[in-house]
Amino acid sequence: MLIGIDLGSRSIKLAAVKDGILAESLVVESGFAPHDQAALLLARFNARRVVSTGYGRHLAQRHFAGEIITEIKAHALGARHADPSCETVLDVGGQDSKVINLDGAGRVKNFQMNDKCAAGTGRFLEIMAATLGYTLAEFGEAALAAREGNAIGSMCAVFAESEVISLKNRGTPPEAIARSVHLAIVDRLAAMLNKAGHGRRLVFSGGAARNRALVGLLEERLGVRFTVPERPEIMGALGAALHAGTLD
Amino acid sequence: MTPEQFEVKANPALWERLGMNVERFSGMPKMLTEAFRGIYLSQKNRPARMEYFDGMIAELHSGRVEELVTAKDAGRPVVGTFCVYVPEEVIMAVGGICVGLCGGSQGSIPDAEKVLPRNICPMVKSAFGFKLGKICPYFQAVDLVYGETTCDAKKKTWELLDREVPTHVMEIPQMKRARDKALWLEEVKDFTSKMEEVSGRKATAEGIGAAIRVMNAKRLALQRLNDLRHHTPSPISGKDMLLIQQIAFYDDPARFTANVNELCDELDERIAAGVAVAPAATPRVMVSGTPMALPNWKLHHLIESAGAVVVNEESCIGTRYYKDLTDESTATVDEQLSLLTDRYMKIDCSCFTPNDDRIEQVLVEYRASGAQGLIDYCLQFCHTYNIEAVKLREMCEREGIPFLAIETDYSPEDVGQLQTRIEAFIEQIRG
Ligand code: SF4
Ligand code: SF4
Repeated sequence: MLIGIDLGSRSIKLAAVKDGILAESLVVESGFAPHDQAALLLARFNARRVVSTGYGRHLAQRHFAGEIITEIKAHALGARHADPSCETVLDVGGQDSKVINLDGAGRVKNFQMNDKCAAGTGRFLEIMAATLGYTLAEFGEAALAAREGNAIGSMCAVFAESEVISLKNRGTPPEAIARSVHLAIVDRLAAMLNKAGHGRRLVFSGGAARNRALVGLLEERLGVRFTVPERPEIMGALGAALHAGTLD
Repeated sequence: MTPEQFEVKANPALWERLGMNVERFSGMPKMLTEAFRGIYLSQKNRPARMEYFDGMIAELHSGRVEELVTAKDAGRPVVGTFCVYVPEEVIMAVGGICVGLCGGSQGSIPDAEKVLPRNICPMVKSAFGFKLGKICPYFQAVDLVYGETTCDAKKKTWELLDREVPTHVMEIPQMKRARDKALWLEEVKDFTSKMEEVSGRKATAEGIGAAIRVMNAKRLALQRLNDLRHHTPSPISGKDMLLIQQIAFYDDPARFTANVNELCDELDERIAAGVAVAPAATPRVMVSGTPMALPNWKLHHLIESAGAVVVNEESCIGTRYYKDLTDESTATVDEQLSLLTDRYMKIDCSCFTPNDDRIEQVLVEYRASGAQGLIDYCLQFCHTYNIEAVKLREMCEREGIPFLAIETDYSPEDVGQLQTRIEAFIEQIRG
């Protein structure tokens, strides 16, 4: 069994690969001691090799001495598995979003990451959903249900929150606000994709890809179609496990 | 020297004499000691002659400052500078000493932010904060600060700085036409008179000629060192090279030159014997962009900790400081000032427009250094370098050069994110 483990800022993802095929996957909260959590997960497997990635990869390396690769490379490998002709990966993660362009052989050609603020990340979606009293899943569905809504003006999480609250107080229907928030993130992601440039074969990875409103609105805006993997949140872990296979 | 033996020395009596805030400053040598041990002395396979430069850091807040104070007592003016656009030769010609002051530390920024807006570049804030807080012995020792108009943040800050310490501002033109050169020559002449006034000595042809020779020798030594470092595998780390380039701004020029040349002799031997800081297969990265004032080691430390080696700096802490020499063949002061102006007008600071020479220069240095990727470094709110990165990116795309643009400040906040980007960039180079 080859294991890839992605120690993210909010959750830990594990992917187990056998004969080049995803055999099992797990997702747990990061908690206070992510490497302990990760070690508990690992104890369930008889791993031939472990590769870690994500924000906590160096921590993981100190504790279970595996190989590490960056999230960028891991998502590139994972996306290429989901679509072997993938040219561009969009990954919207908890802390940051990235656009990764690949060459014909699947190697990273260039990449862009958002800067240190929360705008255009999963964190931003979470804050806005909570402000409206939605769960993340409901948030996306609400945005789908709404027919109107203009992008909110502010992308700073702090200002956007107060903008949402004042819309709410003015009696704007919550679905319309949900749509407005989604449109604002779509603006941001579209700008990132346009700046980095992108191919025609795109994979949307990371937990936010489960949000149908986000994917749909972004497709509409860019005039493209995304491949959304069945389990978008484990693409990094999967990439790490696939990398483990190349180390033999 | 083992890391434990290294210590940045303190001299509270001297600091007191310079009117410093001794209580606040006394934590500084300790912090620097820790940082230097961790970042520099933990490196493997360093050239033995780095000992001199480590010693310069150990004496940063004591020995070298003492030398300056002794020189002042002997009537030699000390001039603080922030830019490589200052004709150091003129300062030296009247017996003055030139020290680079550019701030590279997070520690003094809160002092500056009591007065200055937050959204200006960290270098200007750090420097200004050092003066306001009285927490830099060099800033306290200078008789005059030389300021320039290369960006709005600097230009307007000098007006405020002038209240704390006499600040002479020269107008740096932002184009390179004949009339701009003529303007700058006038500025150099004014600066010369200013230095004559401050020192009470005349800038003679002999004095300027001697200073030109000293500076040419210093620049040649740095060129030699940089050429040696381009060898694959590199005989010296990028971090050590950065350190030497930073020390170039405050050490005594003749002594510095001699030590750089001795280090070069050692590197010659290392190359002949096949001794290197990292194996030949180590990814080689070149850095371009905004200068990195002491003790800003953030980017180099991240790059080299991620398993690459930095092989060139296209920066004012780097080749922009030493790539050009001054013609030594003239006789009159007027001719000398004019030739100095010619030399300085070749500096391709991003404040100039157009500035395509810089893009070409980056490519030339990239090729010469055997680099495999370019990281463009920009301090936050440094608009000229930040925007010029667009042209660098285009050049890199055209030439098939892996390129990464980084915008950051001195705070440790974004270190995790930068680490990811830099590691991914190195993975990209490895293929
Ligand atoms: S970058 Fe420009 S302003 Fe800054 S030191 Fe260099 S020449 Fe001076
Ligand atoms: S780094 Fe840029 S903004 Fe800051 S002082 Fe230098 S030129 Fe000005």
